[in-house]
Amino acid sequence: MSMAHLVVQLLSGLAAGSVLFLIASGLSIIFGVTRIVNFAHGSFTMLGAYLTIDLIGRLPDGGFGFWAAVGLAALVAGGLGVLLERLVLRRLYRSPELFPLLATFGVVLIVQDAALALWGPEDLLGPRAPGLTGTVLVLGLRFPVYDLFLIALGPVVLGLLRLVFHGTGWGTRVRAATEDPEMAAALGIDQHRLFTGVLFLGSALAGLGGALQVPREAITLQMDMATVIEAFVVVVIGGMGSLGGAFVAALLIGVLQAFGILAFPRIALVLVFLVMAVVLMLRPNGLFGRAEPAAGSHQALSQGSFAPPGPLARLVGGIALGLLALVPLAANDYSLIVLTEIFILALFAASLHFLLAVGGMVSFGHAAFFGLGAYGAALAVTGLDAAMLPALALAPLAAGLGAALVGALCVRLGGVYLAMLTLAFAQILWSIVFQWSSVTGGDNGLLGIWPEPWASGRAAYYWLTLVLCAGAMLGLRRLVAAPFGYALRASRDSALRAAAVGLPVDRLRWLAFALAGALAGLAGGLQAFAKGSVFPALLAVPTSVDGLVMVLLGGLEALSGPLVGAAVFHGLETEAMRGTGHWRLLLGAVILAMVLVCPSGLSGVVGRVAARLTGSARRP
Amino acid sequence: MPTLKKSAPSLGFVATQALAAVALAAVALGAAMLPIVPAVAAEPVRIGEINSYTGLPAFTVPYRQGWQLAVEEINAAGGVLGGRPLEVISRDDGAKPGDAVRIASELVAAEKVALLAGTFFSHIGLAVGDFAQHNKILFVAAEPLSDSLTWSKGNRYTFRLRPSNYMQCAMLVEEAAKLPARRWATVAPNYEYGQSATGWFKTLLKERKPGTSFVGEQWPTQGKLEAGTTVQALAALEPDALFNATFAADLAKMVREGTQRGLFEGRTVVSLLTGEPEYLDPLKDEAPVGWIVTGYPWDQITTPEHRVFLEAYRRRFGEPPRLGSVVGYTTFKAIAAALEKAESTATERLVEAFEGLEVMSPFGAIRFRAIDHQSTMGAYVGRIAVKDGRGTMVDWRYADGADYLPADDIVRTLRPAP
Repeated sequence: MSMAHLVVQLLSGLAAGSVLFLIASGLSIIFGVTRIVNFAHGSFTMLGAYLTIDLIGRLPDGGFGFWAAVGLAALVAGGLGVLLERLVLRRLYRSPELFPLLATFGVVLIVQDAALALWGPEDLLGPRAPGLTGTVLVLGLRFPVYDLFLIALGPVVLGLLRLVFHGTGWGTRVRAATEDPEMAAALGIDQHRLFTGVLFLGSALAGLGGALQVPREAITLQMDMATVIEAFVVVVIGGMGSLGGAFVAALLIGVLQAFGILAFPRIALVLVFLVMAVVLMLRPNGLFGRAEPAAGSHQALSQGSFAPPGPLARLVGGIALGLLALVPLAANDYSLIVLTEIFILALFAASLHFLLAVGGMVSFGHAAFFGLGAYGAALAVTGLDAAMLPALALAPLAAGLGAALVGALCVRLGGVYLAMLTLAFAQILWSIVFQWSSVTGGDNGLLGIWPEPWASGRAAYYWLTLVLCAGAMLGLRRLVAAPFGYALRASRDSALRAAAVGLPVDRLRWLAFALAGALAGLAGGLQAFAKGSVFPALLAVPTSVDGLVMVLLGGLEALSGPLVGAAVFHGLETEAMRGTGHWRLLLGAVILAMVLVCPSGLSGVVGRVAARLTGSARRP
Repeated sequence: MPTLKKSAPSLGFVATQALAAVALAAVALGAAMLPIVPAVAAEPVRIGEINSYTGLPAFTVPYRQGWQLAVEEINAAGGVLGGRPLEVISRDDGAKPGDAVRIASELVAAEKVALLAGTFFSHIGLAVGDFAQHNKILFVAAEPLSDSLTWSKGNRYTFRLRPSNYMQCAMLVEEAAKLPARRWATVAPNYEYGQSATGWFKTLLKERKPGTSFVGEQWPTQGKLEAGTTVQALAALEPDALFNATFAADLAKMVREGTQRGLFEGRTVVSLLTGEPEYLDPLKDEAPVGWIVTGYPWDQITTPEHRVFLEAYRRRFGEPPRLGSVVGYTTFKAIAAALEKAESTATERLVEAFEGLEVMSPFGAIRFRAIDHQSTMGAYVGRIAVKDGRGTMVDWRYADGADYLPADDIVRTLRPAP
């Protein structure tokens, strides 16, 4: 390969990185200040792109029309960000950490349906940027002028943002509120107004990033999720709250991607996650991030004590279980299928809940272990000709082993860095399953994983699932009330003090991680036999997101939360999908409504109301 | 070791458990109270239809319009089996195979459908095909392209309409072999469709034209192609010709970037699916002139059967059909023909009816082969041109699918023994 080709490849990578930075910079600002995992950021990017194409059609042709459309689209996206903050997020600042994620997930669903209704299903290819359509010769090779413009734009935006944050009073106040919210509030800084401004700026940058994609990309309805995950990776690699870090990370990814595909053409699938895994293992706070305060001093996910159930609760639980066991006598096949799925998802969600609420560890990649379990069971059947029960036994083993390995590398990290490292490993595992066609069947999956004859009836498989899931969840409940559970909670609430009294904090966290993985694996194994087939999608990000949504919807404060969350989310989704083509709109609206009405999860609000009724204010 | 303190029975705890039970019961009840259709004289024949309507609307929405038109025509002409109308229960699978399998069970168990049809993505088609075999119900796969659907994972209960990956590659290889090009590079999305298309193209072209060399390949992630760097990497290989299997948004940006950077100058590109209106229309006047493609030149086909379809479709929906429209339309015409031939809705009778079934499609007569359950529906092969500011196909011909399948004795080795 000639020198000229390498230079142009480098420039192409820088242009790609520049676009990534524009989008990630907005996310970095929002995330750095509000600590909200804003899934809707990608939706604003997508809206920015669609709005630009739409406005170009309405404005006069030529340079003015194009650039006015870009600017207007960014402003509208910023305005939508303000609406999101005013109407939704503002009500959630006192909810547990992560909870706003659920609200923004609802917004993502609503925007997806709205964009389809507004702009139709077809991909849109917008016009090129007037004045920047040509190419220049770089060492004898043609290179688009627009890409040069993008390469220049990155540092300009970075410089302007630095100016805003370090050269204006508003920026200084935002930084103060970020560093020490309580002190800033005590000094009379109105945090709500600051956050509104931050959401405006961040969302406008997302919209601008989308708008500037128009001349070089076809705009599709899948843009949103594709964008937000990569933007998050950039923010985390750079170090949270560090704009310069995000800039370096974005360019690093762009350039590594450009040269990576020359040597390994298939690496595009996983490269960003490989980079993130390596960076976070070497520098647990990202390239330019500062160490987070020690675990325990920042807002905790949950401080639930999860006391063991009293006799009345046991009685109700026992009756509920008995009733569920009797369901097959009355219900039809289809409701048995849906209930079986709910049990499986409830176990998956319960394992994630254990990790989050009891272990204090957020995972964005928990689906990896669900999928490992499913593939473990499926490979036992297709590869080893195993019977169903041995295959099911292998599921938690395979997943637990995988979780033990991943956990060994992850658990010493904290907060969002831990979550993103689990995401990286999940994506790496996913890409292995996706690529290794000779063993895993690639994206065509493994077929023919049906239960043995004795369990193949709907009712029989229902009972099998009920026994295994209820058994596992009751076991988990016992474990939380056992010394291990107490020790784990101690490490969650104050790692320093726990270590000081001699608890092996990292080992406790590691064991919890492996256990949660194993239980997710059991759920995955049951899923494989329920569906008859397994696919890489089981390990993918959307499955992890579904798990988080179920846990948050159910609430973190009660051990029955995951069951409530799984029943409500899955029941709602299946019924909405049966009833309407606009199920995403419906689901998104219902999630949003639930978040606003019960800002600490369904089980949380029920628990509080009940506690108030009995006057036993047990929870803080 | 901490000792457990007996806590008073907490109502909160009870209440959350009760809530869980209530939620579960509500789901069970909701499912149990499905409407029951009373048997009347002209009891409809119920068909379960599953597709990725929200996951891939660009292709599946025209597809849905296609089958709606077919069903309306069939019912207006008196239905099937002596006056029974077709009733389609259509569901979105959200582009998730697990959901598709649940919906398939729902359609069979609760809606009592006579057969299943639809799907776009290969893995979802395979999942539903496996479900069909396990539950002994007929499944007519409309759009998935994977060869394994009718070959390595083929089964008694699964049939497929669209020409497979192999067939479309064989059509393109015939044209590619006529080119003087010796050095080829390939670009395809990194999943089974792209892998098998590239694999077949290489194998078949080398067989047909020894001395052909493949100098390099690019495997962008589906939906996330980074156009600048991918185009530059291909240009650096300095091939005589390119084989492309990317489509949709990936195709659009690669065409734009490649045209700007001169990748296609002096090189012929042979490209799968690019002539389909779903993917060609968004390119407008930037459609890559001269590419050899498979597709559907709807505005130029003058056969009587296509003319009738085109007029009916435009009258009904006020827009031209896409390839998906033809696929949806033909799938349901074939189902109606099979019902008439079987004189029954019983699965085994329907399977036998589908084997060797002949049916008229907008592309002409097609047949569902008994040997591998693949239909002989073909595709149009031609070159891309730009006319009146939009892409179209020129110098095209209809490649009949029957001519682009391996010999029967080879096909028998590709399918598992029944």
